[in-house]
Amino acid sequence: MRLTVNGETYSTEKGTVSELLGEMDIAAERVAVEVNLKVIKRAEYSGYKLQEGDSIEVVYFVGGGARGTRQEGRR
Amino acid sequence: MEDKLVIRGIEFRSRLWIGTGKYRDFEETARAVEASGADVVTVAVRRVNITDRKSENLLDYLDPKQYKILPNTAGCYTVDDALRYSRLAREAGVSDMIKLEVIGDEKTLFPDTIGLLKATEILAKEGFMVFPYTNDDPIMARRLEDAGAAAVMPLGAPIGSGLGLRNPYNIRIILEAAKVPVIVDAGVGTASDANIAMELGCDAVLINTAIAGAKDPIAMAEAMKHAVIAGRLAHRAGRIAKKLYATASSPLEGML
Repeated sequence: MRLTVNGETYSTEKGTVSELLGEMDIAAERVAVEVNLKVIKRAEYSGYKLQEGDSIEVVYFVGGGARGTRQEGRR
Repeated sequence: MEDKLVIRGIEFRSRLWIGTGKYRDFEETARAVEASGADVVTVAVRRVNITDRKSENLLDYLDPKQYKILPNTAGCYTVDDALRYSRLAREAGVSDMIKLEVIGDEKTLFPDTIGLLKATEILAKEGFMVFPYTNDDPIMARRLEDAGAAAVMPLGAPIGSGLGLRNPYNIRIILEAAKVPVIVDAGVGTASDANIAMELGCDAVLINTAIAGAKDPIAMAEAMKHAVIAGRLAHRAGRIAKKLYATASSPLEGML
């Protein structure tokens, strides 16, 4: 199955959000996940089935304050 | 003397809030935060690097059990982006607090207050504790309060500028009218700026660049801690009136 994860093409045999995070070695308790612009609750990760072509964002907290981080800019 | 900042039932240990951007590394961030005595640290929300999973996590250095993690929407230029980042932040974090930024312009980083007001209304209805970063505009501060903001965060000067409070008179007018806490966000350059904000009666100050960008961030963090405490005490103590001419402080009686 081909997905888009954080803007990049990603191929996986995994079927759920939990399994995908596991495959990417990401600790679920430190991130938030969005599938096709919808935030997925942490409790739903193991039951949430991914579909071919889904667009997934995995985000976490980074240093950034009143100004935020350097890489940002107007899109 | 008990003088704790309490917002919607949440008690804060310190009136100095810290931004975590622009430090050399996580270790320096943690040391500066510790030296500042702050219990609120604001953090940005960004994509996890899925190709390089070895990178360390900020929360390994700032324990969410010890600090209140305040996610922000820094870098968002539209209402939709700010809402999206806020909802993700709530899911990634442990609280409903969000430092809401809807930036209007890259050069000034001034807030787009129209977008900010819209986003505040929506997020407040969704149960967020919204801390909007706004202009030093008393009318907008009132509108944000009416929209359900938990506090208002007027800027002292542009983000990262270090110019201090450019319009202390407007901050005073905001303070006079506000029924929610007022937290100066952005513009502080050195300890005296933070001190002035607190002397005016602000409830807290949020500082990032002035500490992270100082030659010795740890020492500056400590300086800010004392400035905020001193400013708060002075505000509560009540300053004397300013007069043009001298008033003798020694008695005339008993002079030769």
